[in-house]
Amino acid sequence: MKTYRDRRELLETMLMIRAFDEKVDELYAAGALHGTAHFYVGQEAVAVGVISALRDGDVITGTHRGHGHALAFGLDVERMAAELLGRASGYCHGKGGSMHIADVGAGMLGANGIVGGSMGIACGAAWAFKQRKEDRVAVCFFGDGGANEGIFHETLNMAAIWKLPILFVCENNQYGMSMSVKKAFAIEKISERASGYGMPGATVNGMELDEVNHVASEAVERARSGDGPTLLEAVTYRYLGHSKSDANLYRTREEISEWRERDAIERFAAVLEEEGVLNHQELRDLETQVHERMENAFEKADREAEPEPESALEDIYA
Amino acid sequence: MARITYMQAINDALAQEMERDETVVVFGEDNVGGTGSPGEMDAWGGVMGVTKGLYGKFPNQIFDTPISESAFIGAAAGAACSGLRPVAELMFVDFMGVCFDQIFNQAAKFKYMFGGKAKTPMVIRTMYGAGIRAASQHSQALYPLFTHIPGLKVVVPSTPYDAKGLMIASIRDDDPVIFFENKVLYAVEGEVPDEAYAIPLGEAEIVREGDDVTIVAIGRMVSMAEQAAADLSSDGIEVEIVDPRTLSPLDTDTIYESVENTGRLVVVDEANPRCSMASDIASLVAQNCFEHLKAAPQMVTAPHAPPPFSPSLEDLYVPDPEKVADAVRKTVGQGVAS
Repeated sequence: MKTYRDRRELLETMLMIRAFDEKVDELYAAGALHGTAHFYVGQEAVAVGVISALRDGDVITGTHRGHGHALAFGLDVERMAAELLGRASGYCHGKGGSMHIADVGAGMLGANGIVGGSMGIACGAAWAFKQRKEDRVAVCFFGDGGANEGIFHETLNMAAIWKLPILFVCENNQYGMSMSVKKAFAIEKISERASGYGMPGATVNGMELDEVNHVASEAVERARSGDGPTLLEAVTYRYLGHSKSDANLYRTREEISEWRERDAIERFAAVLEEEGVLNHQELRDLETQVHERMENAFEKADREAEPEPESALEDIYA
Repeated sequence: MARITYMQAINDALAQEMERDETVVVFGEDNVGGTGSPGEMDAWGGVMGVTKGLYGKFPNQIFDTPISESAFIGAAAGAACSGLRPVAELMFVDFMGVCFDQIFNQAAKFKYMFGGKAKTPMVIRTMYGAGIRAASQHSQALYPLFTHIPGLKVVVPSTPYDAKGLMIASIRDDDPVIFFENKVLYAVEGEVPDEAYAIPLGEAEIVREGDDVTIVAIGRMVSMAEQAAADLSSDGIEVEIVDPRTLSPLDTDTIYESVENTGRLVVVDEANPRCSMASDIASLVAQNCFEHLKAAPQMVTAPHAPPPFSPSLEDLYVPDPEKVADAVRKTVGQGVAS
């Protein structure tokens, strides 16, 4: 997995996630990409804030909105782009697409097309670490929608009774497709549920990278030292629609712009400028570099070969 | 070689594999059955006692789970990707309904969906079948649902010998395997070698040789076919009984070879008939052995109805030797002269 050497790299990764999904959005609009995709734009501080609290050997499971988790974990942009384009050089040789990008050997145990679908898998990885006495932690990302699936209840309880080295990260982006969390929950904070399972719970501002990272680091440390799981709720917002087919009619422009004013990347960039990590010009240069890298990655991926027809029948069994 | 039950054969296989490989872990509801309680630690050993005694030998490799099938079947898949070889017990196959996503969308698809880079060596042990008056939610034979899913392997042993050898092969296999144990067969005894041995998945067995009619029988239905065979033999009809042993992969070669010789097929399956193994095998034979067939393939199955509770109704529900013999006579009777 990716090792974050400095604070500049945290910003750079958030910029990459945004640029990646903006590029993906643009390519869909141009008809150059097929199927569907779910954009992480707006939520960058959650993936980067949590994953930068991990170390080599730790693993994550993602969601259908998974490009951000994969990039924050350090997956290669070109191979991700190739996967979205359905090319043989993609992470899954073109057989997974946007919702199934994985690099199991590296510890990215897969995005997931099923809401809540990866919660048991993350528990299983954590259980394997505990059973084999390995000093490793699993992070399970899921959304507010996933928190209302039955498997949420089952896995949080099981992780708690077995004191598994796992961090449950609920990205509360305010909507399960079109359903507002205000309608989908009778509680104020999803993290309140943690007490029902006998584990610590915390709600953080998911637009503040440092806050996310701070609380995630504590939870990861707790998991590592054998004190079991934590439920971390990151309050965030997806700027774009649920998927590329979402016309966004269930919410207002005002609401979207209010959240955009709290933008995690702008906030963190301002912090870095204040800290003297980089000045305004260096920030603009970094943005330009990241955009160029995305353009190049997708252009290069587009030149990659289509998968061989016979590959459609390969890798069904070991 | 010792004479042991189908249940003991499975227990032996689990013990020998846990002994051989410490990454083999066994878990499920009440698999130990008593850990943490004031009474006997190993009180239960699984609802029917299949895992009884394993906790004493392997306290760090067998666990009880809460009644949370999605969580622990999902955990089996995650653990399989992370260095363990889990054997999860999902008490009755009827309970798969509460965790089906973890089986057919997750475990079955990792390898394919992730471009071949995942390995998911896991076994789900589960009980199936009617015969113990357990009614509609504890008696189904749902193996066709799993056979339908690419990425899963499906094993249905009919004897203690096969149960042990196929369990060992399933544990050593690198794909997710659904292992169907027939609850009525648990008490059946047979000769089983003491040492560990693996029966390759995808190899049918010819249980009885004969030239007149091929019977393909699954799981407990093999014994129904054998009983019918004895009766038919006294009438001069010699049946050949093929036990596929694994439904996915399915050893079609052995089935076709037998039908090419006999020209007649009866499939005996205690599952419901629509979209079933019986209809699948009948269809495969019709497509691939048409020129050898002397009569239309016959199916002897449960009716298209849920398993009933009443003993008198349940006895009618499950195929029996008489129904098998009737179907065989029908194929012989309707056949063109050979």
